[in-house]
Amino acid sequence: MQGAEILLELGVFPRLLQGLWVTVWIAAVSVGLSIPVGLVAGWLMTVRNPVVRAVMRVYLDFIRIMPQLALLFIAYYGLARAWNWNVDATGACVLVFVLWGGAELGDLVRGALLSIPQVQAETAYMLGMTSWQSFSRVILPQTLRRLLPASVNLATRIVKTTSLAVLLGVVEVIKVGQQIIDANRFQYPTGTLWVYGVIFLMYFIVCWPLSLAARALEKRWAND
Amino acid sequence: MLDWSIIARYAPFFVTGAWMTLFISVFGIALALLTGLLCAAIETAHVPVLRQLVRVYVEVSRNTPLLVQLYFLYFGLPKLGFVWSAEACAVIGLGFLGGSYMAEAMRAGLQAVPEAQRENAYMLGFTKAQTMTRVVVPQAISSAVPGVIANVIFLVKESSVVSAIALADVMYMTKDLIGMTYSTYEALFLLIVTYLVILLPISILGTWLERRFDHARR
Repeated sequence: MQGAEILLELGVFPRLLQGLWVTVWIAAVSVGLSIPVGLVAGWLMTVRNPVVRAVMRVYLDFIRIMPQLALLFIAYYGLARAWNWNVDATGACVLVFVLWGGAELGDLVRGALLSIPQVQAETAYMLGMTSWQSFSRVILPQTLRRLLPASVNLATRIVKTTSLAVLLGVVEVIKVGQQIIDANRFQYPTGTLWVYGVIFLMYFIVCWPLSLAARALEKRWAND
Repeated sequence: MLDWSIIARYAPFFVTGAWMTLFISVFGIALALLTGLLCAAIETAHVPVLRQLVRVYVEVSRNTPLLVQLYFLYFGLPKLGFVWSAEACAVIGLGFLGGSYMAEAMRAGLQAVPEAQRENAYMLGFTKAQTMTRVVVPQAISSAVPGVIANVIFLVKESSVVSAIALADVMYMTKDLIGMTYSTYEALFLLIVTYLVILLPISILGTWLERRFDHARR
């Protein structure tokens, strides 16, 4: 167990927490922006226009088949080159996570929208509701219910994927860990084990409650 | 826009990178399948202590990123005396991550077979082993196949992270090419094409297998 004292060294733990905050912040912003993008994307996937549907299909399939790290490279290196648009690494991460989360969520929205029987919209119409009323009072509440567990799951995946940000040079929890390890290499040769161990645990502590929440929601609303 | 001479010159590097990606993926997925099978068997058979251990493993593996798992294996564990090559780390890491996903897919497949069928089989005089091999497993496979295939594709994609522990896979080649020559477009083009060449056939094969194993619908 020798070397674990590195974690008690002044400033080490607070700095790791700061790094974790960056990670959580990137994930939270990405999830927050994914929701409107996903709702619009999901709606576009169900429209009648074949061109729109084909475009959405290609968008979804491309995002799904490419590894997230490849998407990050494309955004980070490609965009700067193409339009001289110098997105910083954090911006590239958020952009990719929103496009990815939006596509995944869009597919869920599409599934949820299609799962609600057409009869309900017709019934609402017959009862004298306008199409907006029937959408916002009848269809949307049911869609959101079916959507929430999957969205929480998606949030977990986005938090985990945020770890890739370090490979673009974002100073988040892993990078902070590496800096601490490098700064203490001579004093604590075994610090690597402990610092990475703590980061491992930190990710688990963030993601696990989300997974549990998703499962609980799934169970609760399974029969609705 | 694209300089084809650069693409022609560097394409062989991406072929080498693709082989590394495939090598890590194949062994990692094989390990994941074995781990998953073992875990699913333990959970279905309700083995007392092991079952709780499997639950812990599944939660830990599913709720941490592969990159952090790899850093821990590759940089952290050697401090305890477990020194292994980058290739071994990548395969073990992918197997560790994938094992839990495979276990969940297989367990879901086994649970999809109604309990009544098992009871009926016993009643008809099937032994436990016969019930498993003749009744439960064939149906479990057909409902587990889509999940397992989705996991295979997921794991090949996840393997893109191994460049972080200095394995020369597709991502590594891309970064190298951009860093050395600033040929960003060509590098990204080769990156996209290489992953499409690897993943599209797997995806198509997966759809075919899904249909092949869909006994319920045939």
